[in-house]
Amino acid sequence: MSAALETVAHVASSVRTDAPPAIVLDKVNKWFGALHVLRDVDLQVALGERVVVCGPSGSGKSTMIRCINRLETHQEGKILVDGIELSDDVRALDAIRREVGMVFQSFNLFPHLSVLENCTLAPIWVRKMPKKDAEELAMEYLTRVKIPEQALKYPGQLSGGQQQRVAIARALCMKPKIMLFDEPTSALDPEMIKEVLDTMVMLAAEGMTMICVTHEMGFARQVADRVVFMDRGEVVESGTPEQVFNDPKTERLQLFLSQILRGH
Amino acid sequence: MSDITVNTPLTSGSEHRAAPISAIGPVAWLRENLFSGWLSTAVTLVLGYLIIRAVMGFVDWAFINAIWSVPLNANGVAQTQACRELHGSGACWAVVTEKHRFMLFGTYPYEQHWRPAVVCLLFIGLFIVSAMRRFWNWTLIPIWMVTLTAIGMLMWGGVFGLPFVQQERWGGLPITLILSTFGLAFAFPLSILVALGRRSNLPAIKVLCVVYVELIRGVPLISLLFMASVMFPLFLPEGMNIDKLLRAQIAIILFAGAYLAEVVRAGLQSLPKGQYEAADAMGLSYWQKTGFIILPQALRMVIPPLVNTFIGFFKDTSLVLIIGIFDLLTAGKTAIVEPAWQGFGVEVYIFVGLIYLVFCFAMSKYSQGLEADLNRHRRR
Repeated sequence: MSAALETVAHVASSVRTDAPPAIVLDKVNKWFGALHVLRDVDLQVALGERVVVCGPSGSGKSTMIRCINRLETHQEGKILVDGIELSDDVRALDAIRREVGMVFQSFNLFPHLSVLENCTLAPIWVRKMPKKDAEELAMEYLTRVKIPEQALKYPGQLSGGQQQRVAIARALCMKPKIMLFDEPTSALDPEMIKEVLDTMVMLAAEGMTMICVTHEMGFARQVADRVVFMDRGEVVESGTPEQVFNDPKTERLQLFLSQILRGH
Repeated sequence: MSDITVNTPLTSGSEHRAAPISAIGPVAWLRENLFSGWLSTAVTLVLGYLIIRAVMGFVDWAFINAIWSVPLNANGVAQTQACRELHGSGACWAVVTEKHRFMLFGTYPYEQHWRPAVVCLLFIGLFIVSAMRRFWNWTLIPIWMVTLTAIGMLMWGGVFGLPFVQQERWGGLPITLILSTFGLAFAFPLSILVALGRRSNLPAIKVLCVVYVELIRGVPLISLLFMASVMFPLFLPEGMNIDKLLRAQIAIILFAGAYLAEVVRAGLQSLPKGQYEAADAMGLSYWQKTGFIILPQALRMVIPPLVNTFIGFFKDTSLVLIIGIFDLLTAGKTAIVEPAWQGFGVEVYIFVGLIYLVFCFAMSKYSQGLEADLNRHRRR
């Protein structure tokens, strides 16, 4: 399935080491009740860096990226986004959420609003953009994800792949500095995965800072500057796609890769 | 079936043919639904006979044998002899002809009856305007303010040369409309706040809302009305008095609010968590999220139970009769206390029932249209 992507040359890296890191996770710990789901997670993402997070289900990868925009709260450790520390301070949180776009596994479009309204809602009310400008911006991004003709339809009238592309456009309309993808292709039929991945590759080529939880190894090879492997709430290994996929050091990663490869 | 499909040559392309006449149309419908076997044919015939008998009996009673008016004697008292001689074989609509003004407007001064009549029309106009989606914006607020002010001025009078009418003399349909309109107009927003409060992260607000709902819901409306009319004044300082109608109104608002809050909460809970998360991730504030994403979807989903509760409360306003407020039903009951009209309750209750039915049926029909209209996005 991802073979087609593997033949494509790696997207040129746009990592900016001169700028301060976009995201810093410092010894982050989280528990769901008694369950220890994140254990001393350390992660630094530079501006313009594309990080792919993989790991078996229940490894804490989704929880980790959901902590970055505080859909989940962590209990110990420090998270800095764009230089701002996540805390109970509502204003800091608002500032962070404005700069961080998120794409969900189940799209989470607003079904009672048209595609265009989905895209303009946050720019109008959070960015205080005039309605006309917001609509122009939305059309621009809908064109970039190749569905401008669907702007006046409701999400329920679109295919899964189209809905996910709308969700990406919706997040981009806020002009975020960082994009989080939480298994964006896991809920899609196989024939729709490529159209969504293509959109994400395009975004990567433009130098967007991205953290992407995915099992699409082809995508990881093509765009990732770094692959992070998580298991049981810990970052077990991280490195370039070649290092991680071709030369796994730990047994856990070897096991995971063998399962993934058998699955495909 | 499958054999036929397989044998059809695919290359020729099967033509679209109209369904045979036995499969569509009224004949097919009748056969399928009423005469599908000997048992269903027998049931159809027996029930058909009973229905026709009942309808014919009602038509005889209500129209053919009915008496529409009776003469008055020299003192202006109705001569209901003719009605009594029917011995129940025909309706005595004369009671409605004679007493409809009292039933509709209660003890309101007779020569001023045009005022409550205009009030009823204003209410109906207000309902119609509020029902039109074209007016679903800020203009609705001034429209309501102006209409309700006009209604207050008409009912009380004392301005523009209208004689003052004290609240104790109001009665009939205007009372029912006032209680239900104000009741639901205040209870609905209250219920939304309470439903949101029950899901709040702030423990104090949550506890307050839970206690309110459980306390009010656990008590019969009648006892709340009694408390409002009998107990509440005991707590007020000497000389201070709040209008009895207002007290009943507040009791109804609180009661309806608790019930509606649970309906709204059901809607809030039926929304997938992803909707909240997507709104949060976009940086929408709590009220933006609630106003643009959560409530529009949650309320659409609970239109049927919401209207169910609305209709229930429209009729429950008739319970105010136990604290001596003259709503439509009480006025109807009182109309037949007079010796001349005693024994004609059925006609009066049919008349009153029809008025309730018109309002409730309108609400029901409107909600069906609204539901279909607002849920267009769910159609593919």
